[in-house]
Amino acid sequence: MQDGPYVLEARGVIKIFGNHVALDSVDFGLKAGEVHALLGENGAGKSTLIKILTGVYQPDGGGVFVDGTAVSLDNPLHAQTHGIGTVYQEVNLLPNRSVAENLYLGHQPTRFGLVDRRKMESAAKVLLKRYGLNIDPGSELGTHSVAVQQIVAIARAVELSGKVLILDEPTASLDRNEVARLFEVIGDLKRSGLAIIFITHFLDQVFAISDRVTVLRNGRLVETRELNSVTRTDVVRLMLGKDIAFSGATDLEPDGPTTDVLLDFRGYGRSKSVQPFDLTIHKGEVIGIAGLLGSGRTEMARIMFGADPADQGSMSLSGKPTAVRSTSEAISHGFGFCPEDRKAEGILGDLSVRENIVIALQGKLGWFRALNRDEQLEIAGKFGEAMDIRAASLDMPVKLLSGGNQQKVILSRWLATDPSFLILDEPTRGIDVGAHAEIVRTINRLRDDGMAMVVISSELDEVVAYSSRIVVMRDREMVAELRGKNINPGIIVQAIANHPDEVQA
Amino acid sequence: MKRSLRPLAATTIIFIIAYALSVIQFPGMLSTRVLGNFLTDNAFLGIAAVGMTFVIISGGIDLSVGAVIGFTGVLIAVLITWLGVHPLLAFAIALGVAALFGASMGLAIHYLQVPSFIVTLAGMFLARGGASVITQDSVPINHEFYSFLTGLVIRLPGGGRLSFIGLLMIAVFLVGALLAHRTRFGSYVYALGGNATSASLMGVPVARTTVQIYVLSSVLAALAGIVFSLYTSAGYPLAAVGVELDAISAVVIGGTLLTGGYGFVLGTFVGVMLLGLVQTYIIFDGTLSSWWTKIVIGVLLFLFIALQRVIFVASAPREKPPEKA
Repeated sequence: MQDGPYVLEARGVIKIFGNHVALDSVDFGLKAGEVHALLGENGAGKSTLIKILTGVYQPDGGGVFVDGTAVSLDNPLHAQTHGIGTVYQEVNLLPNRSVAENLYLGHQPTRFGLVDRRKMESAAKVLLKRYGLNIDPGSELGTHSVAVQQIVAIARAVELSGKVLILDEPTASLDRNEVARLFEVIGDLKRSGLAIIFITHFLDQVFAISDRVTVLRNGRLVETRELNSVTRTDVVRLMLGKDIAFSGATDLEPDGPTTDVLLDFRGYGRSKSVQPFDLTIHKGEVIGIAGLLGSGRTEMARIMFGADPADQGSMSLSGKPTAVRSTSEAISHGFGFCPEDRKAEGILGDLSVRENIVIALQGKLGWFRALNRDEQLEIAGKFGEAMDIRAASLDMPVKLLSGGNQQKVILSRWLATDPSFLILDEPTRGIDVGAHAEIVRTINRLRDDGMAMVVISSELDEVVAYSSRIVVMRDREMVAELRGKNINPGIIVQAIANHPDEVQA
Repeated sequence: MKRSLRPLAATTIIFIIAYALSVIQFPGMLSTRVLGNFLTDNAFLGIAAVGMTFVIISGGIDLSVGAVIGFTGVLIAVLITWLGVHPLLAFAIALGVAALFGASMGLAIHYLQVPSFIVTLAGMFLARGGASVITQDSVPINHEFYSFLTGLVIRLPGGGRLSFIGLLMIAVFLVGALLAHRTRFGSYVYALGGNATSASLMGVPVARTTVQIYVLSSVLAALAGIVFSLYTSAGYPLAAVGVELDAISAVVIGGTLLTGGYGFVLGTFVGVMLLGLVQTYIIFDGTLSSWWTKIVIGVLLFLFIALQRVIFVASAPREKPPEKA
């Protein structure tokens, strides 16, 4: 790793939020003329590292070095003066202004104190030519496609900084042609000597354009490798931390196909979200969904629940063809969904524990059968006890509870509606060990009671422990369905990593 | 045509048609006298509306405008009539007070993260209350400098008069247009209205720009107050009640998007003229209640808000392959 001077380097960077160590002495070096992929699951510390390198956060230990000299970056603009430019996933430009103004805002050429628009637009025209864009610089940015806007954002970042370009998931909202187009631009910039950090969840893209790869996991540096010396499977193992010996397969034999089919999805999918998939779910069955972040796991769950309704394929419920076009339809069919982002999409932070538990049941009952306070307290009390929710009072705001207890509240909310089908997206993320065990226990109990469930999790050991079947997602496509003796973390890793020749079941 | 120009074009066309129809009914409306009075009668509204245009383009709103006009009128009337201060000095004091007032509103909006609606609502009560505390009565202004200013007119053929305040409004519009469309400050105002987060990531000095916008609005409101006192030769604490709403109407009818990011200073001019036309028509008719003005303004506002929605939804960026060189 000591070869060549680094343009931008992080040495032993530590970042602590409260009592959570987000980055634990991470080293990262970027060379001129390379595309360096930065990989890691959610919470691995990627975005924290990027924010330190761009001056959004200041490190609590270690330092940032530009061309070998220590620098302290106060904010993104300061980083820009050191030659570090960033392009975010959400294009951070002004759709209401002209392309030229977006390129030069704050640096417009002026004459007698007035903006010289003609000069600005002709400079913009020349600049965009270099990126293969032949558009009118006077046109409104918002009238162009996301890909064009993305390239304009890159052009601005390169123009104003010019040494290091950080691309934070630039391809997330682009289609295949647009990605290819973007890669041509990145390739040209690389040849011109720019150092590029590339963050993405798509392994194919990493292998398509990167020279080196750095993998982070749980705030620690796992490894930095030359990309031509690693395989996809290696990379996935580095990311998920499954390089240890494969633990044994689950002993959970499905009871044969004798149980009743609850749900049957045929060619079910949504354009620009998830490729059509076929899936049959029986009563008393837990389907685990595995895959890297951004592989379409959450999207699949949202389609099943009608949060983003499917636009192709068909589904049947207990043998009868049905459709789920909205979440309220899903709830009336007896579905439940605990979303991944608990704080934003799950809990209603300012409402009490009691209100959070009864809200879905009340929604199902409708306006005219309002639960009175005593009924609410009884229901909330019952689940509070069954789920071991540790709250000082059922009337305290749910935002004051720990993550694990919040998760139990959301789970109780759905259990109160007595669902036949429950979707759990990352139910155990960011919660303490005790609550973790309680939730896994609950999943097992519900399965034995005959409920059908779909559980999304990044914890492969955990998925293996309670799933009767495992669906593997990759690049928004269902790529494998593993069952019975096939299930162990090693097989899952290989299925996630693509390369058919490496998958031996 | 750029989609942001369409509402402006619509306003202009509606103004021309409405004016033509009025002239057919009352040929007397086509005279330099009427046109000159258009400018004089709406000068204070027009000047305040220029400031409001900047505020709305930046994504905010300023409800304190009418109250600042009233306060300024009382302040200069008291300074001139009771304390014997020269009008020019009184104007300078009034503009300075307004600048401080606008700056504090801008600071509150930016640093306390309070919506401009609330901050300027508080500002409105402060200014209106302040004016009433100074005096409850109308204070007349009799000063030879005032007579001199109101006597400054350019006589037009046909008996029309271009007054000093009418010309001042035109000058404010021209300077405002230059400021909005040809300076960095102007581009920052549009940037804030487009997306404040992007703007700050792109290096727009958000705090400074926000303060400047509200200073500009308050100073122009104070200038409108000076013009109003020239127009009425008095200061009255309850003058110009609700003018902020007329100004907002003129801005929106002039093609500025109420959510910010799009708009034209000269569009606001057309908006002000359209409001003036409605009033003049009702005066010419003579039988209609003056409240019909409000009804027509209401209808126009609805029309324009609906029109903007239609234009911006219909021309939202569509999915298309990237242009190749």
